[in-house]
Amino acid sequence: MISAAWFDQIISLLAAILLLISFAMLSQRRILSLIELFAWQGAVLSASTAIVAYSANLHHLYYSAAITFALKVVALPWLLHRLIRRLNVRWDVETMINIPSTMLIGLALVVFAFNLAQPISQLATGAARHTIGIATATVLLSFLMMITRRKAVPQVIGFLAMENGLFFAATSATHGMPMVVELGIALDVLVGTFIFGIFFFQIRETFDSLDIRHMEKLKER
Amino acid sequence: MQFLPMRLLPIDIAGLAVLFWLALGLLGLLASARPAFINRMLFPLSAAGSLVLAATGIAAMDDAATVMILPLGLPDLPFHLRLDALSGFFLFLLGAAGVGVSLYSAGYFRDTAGPTLGLLCLEYHVFIASMAVVMLADDAYLFMVAWETMALSSYFLVTTEHDQPQIRHAGFLYLLIAHVGAVAILLAFGVLQGGHGDYSFAALRAAHLTPGWASAAFVLALVGFGAKAGILPVHVWLPEAHPAAPSPVSALMSGVMLKTAIYGFVRVVFDLVHQLQWQWGVVVLIVATLTTLFGVLFALMQHDLKRLLAYHSVENIGIILIGLGLALIYAGSNHPVLAALAMIAGLYHTLNHAVFKGLLFLGAGSILHATGERDLGEMGGLARSMPYTAFFFLVGALSISALPPLNGFVSEWLTFQAALLSPALANGILRSLIPFAAAALALAGALTGMCFVKVYGVAFLGAPRSAHGLHAHDAGFWEKLGMGWLAALCVALGLAPVWLVERLEYVTERMVGARLGAQALKGGWLWLAPVAAERASYSPVIFLLVIAAVVTLTFLAVRRIYHGRLRLADPWDCGFPLLDARMQDTPAGFSQPIRHIFAPVYEMERHLPAATDPDPYFSLEIRDRFWRWLYRPVAAAAEFSARQVGRLQQGRIAVYLLYSFVTLLFVLLFVR
Repeated sequence: MISAAWFDQIISLLAAILLLISFAMLSQRRILSLIELFAWQGAVLSASTAIVAYSANLHHLYYSAAITFALKVVALPWLLHRLIRRLNVRWDVETMINIPSTMLIGLALVVFAFNLAQPISQLATGAARHTIGIATATVLLSFLMMITRRKAVPQVIGFLAMENGLFFAATSATHGMPMVVELGIALDVLVGTFIFGIFFFQIRETFDSLDIRHMEKLKER
Repeated sequence: MQFLPMRLLPIDIAGLAVLFWLALGLLGLLASARPAFINRMLFPLSAAGSLVLAATGIAAMDDAATVMILPLGLPDLPFHLRLDALSGFFLFLLGAAGVGVSLYSAGYFRDTAGPTLGLLCLEYHVFIASMAVVMLADDAYLFMVAWETMALSSYFLVTTEHDQPQIRHAGFLYLLIAHVGAVAILLAFGVLQGGHGDYSFAALRAAHLTPGWASAAFVLALVGFGAKAGILPVHVWLPEAHPAAPSPVSALMSGVMLKTAIYGFVRVVFDLVHQLQWQWGVVVLIVATLTTLFGVLFALMQHDLKRLLAYHSVENIGIILIGLGLALIYAGSNHPVLAALAMIAGLYHTLNHAVFKGLLFLGAGSILHATGERDLGEMGGLARSMPYTAFFFLVGALSISALPPLNGFVSEWLTFQAALLSPALANGILRSLIPFAAAALALAGALTGMCFVKVYGVAFLGAPRSAHGLHAHDAGFWEKLGMGWLAALCVALGLAPVWLVERLEYVTERMVGARLGAQALKGGWLWLAPVAAERASYSPVIFLLVIAAVVTLTFLAVRRIYHGRLRLADPWDCGFPLLDARMQDTPAGFSQPIRHIFAPVYEMERHLPAATDPDPYFSLEIRDRFWRWLYRPVAAAAEFSARQVGRLQQGRIAVYLLYSFVTLLFVLLFVR
């Protein structure tokens, strides 16, 4: 029998990997690799959910892990790949701020997130001690990615990664949300991706490009 | 549960009248395709409803207050109705004016197209029904709902001819000021409930406020109801909205809707706040005096008849508030009997103004209908082609000019009586301040007289100034009926003041806790003695008899002495061979001396022709200084701050995301 401490160790490890992937995404210049990293993030998330389900003996979390896997490792990356093929945009990702500066800001955010999570961590037991800080950091880093990218597709990936961070916080710290809520969120993410896809085509139709700088002229005056 | 009480209480009848009006409105909307049915059937029925309501209101004044809880409203927050002496008096006012206006409407809208008329019928009935509910409401929630319904329905009535940009503009201005006022009223109720969260009027009455909070409630009520009534400096919507609305609607808005603001003010300040302080009275008195003078001075300068009448509404609201301000001063310094007198004066004038201003607006409507003109400078000689309208308008003009034995005199005389009792006060400053208000009132009365000499002389006497005047037709049957009703009321209220004052005592008994003094009203129905017969008394009937006697004697004397020596000749023409209509005095010319004396009050733009001008013309534009002092700066400040906020809109998604990001960090950092 594997002890509870051992599970905590594994979850901490997975959390660390999640954070690492977040940083990798932040520094990634190529869009295909970005999607690959996103898929990996989903896989890690799915694995951690499954482990929490096993250790806490919560059956509904198995479903949750399965949905996560199906959606975030298979469906969404496939959709995004398809989208890129159809749009024929395999460009390098352009950033507004250069990568090293982004990484430094990201470090500051991680420190901030851990600081923030400290009061909660002290109340929590086991793996939750570290995971809340890491989940918050993942959310903030994904948000940072959305801000610093110029093109629309990486922004959507940032948005989806943000949801990953929230999901991780929910499963690892509080053993998941009710099934209905999780199903709802999963559906929202899927539908959101579809809508984004439609918007990409519309944006390209209108501006002949997916560069969101073109949308600046939409403002008043 | 008994659905049909054996004996209908006044409050039941009032509620049924409201439902009846709403039904008529809906019926009007459904019958859009048959304008004749709306005109000949619905509006006269509406007048019948008004008559019932007026009778109910006056009958309810000497009864104890009755309450009713409606099965309507939000869960746990039902609507409360209450009919007491004050509500009864204002329902009487609404009904009495409503009879005339509804009868008049039956004829006035005969040329209006069906769909417009159907909509108008709905809005009209929603408007009068909501005013009745405002007067019946017994909780702040229903009061505000009815208040807003009233504002919105009247907005749609004002913008009936919304294809004209200036009418849309007038409607917007009205709606804007109405809502600023409504916010102030809402805040006043918020202050009044004193943290209990119960908004029924019974709870508001019971709540005990510190003097500071009570004063806050008073100021909010003054601003809120003042915006609706048209006190300085929130009067600007009146001269815009009244001319824009169809004439019966103007009559209702000026005659009745402004009075709902007076009702609200009395209800909130005297009844709900009720810890009266004399300082409030000073504020009201100063604002009211300035409003009175301002209104009449600007009315004199107008050449658009309906604008002129609108400025007179501003003036009359000032006169009403002088009475109420005096009542506050007396009540706050422990002179309840004097307060009762001042309040009776204010409320009496409220009713009088509803009647004669309604009549004057209806008369203006008939002129507009007959000639298509609102500009006095294009009228003239209408007494010949429109004798009935001319007669009714004359009655209204004499009433508003406060000439005995008509009704305007009674209430202004009572206001003077109240003001002249100021030596009873202990405070020396007040004793010397109140006579100024009385003097201003006297001045305003004289200027009003001058203004209506101008209106009547220019519009009805002399020779027609334009082709329209030559072919003007007189008002139709229904219009004459409506104007005749209001004219009869002007006379009746002038001749039977004791009857009404006795009823108004029931109101003051509830509001300031006193009736008129023990020596008052001892002279029976003939003599009105507000304090004591030795001090001052007035008998309109004797006045009328003396006037009639003098006129008859003069007539007989003239007939006897000059009989048979009558000869007809052309008027003296100064030796100039050709007399034409352009030689008559113009409205601007008639009021020129006043413009000269009070020049600093006006913002004038004048173009005087030079002697050498090949094409000489004269133009004069008088503007309201408050636009420059108050409204333009406020509008500029609003636009400036909106532009500053507009800078947030960068058009870059990254910046918007940054806003959210920074907000998120900020919230996480400080609100944990």
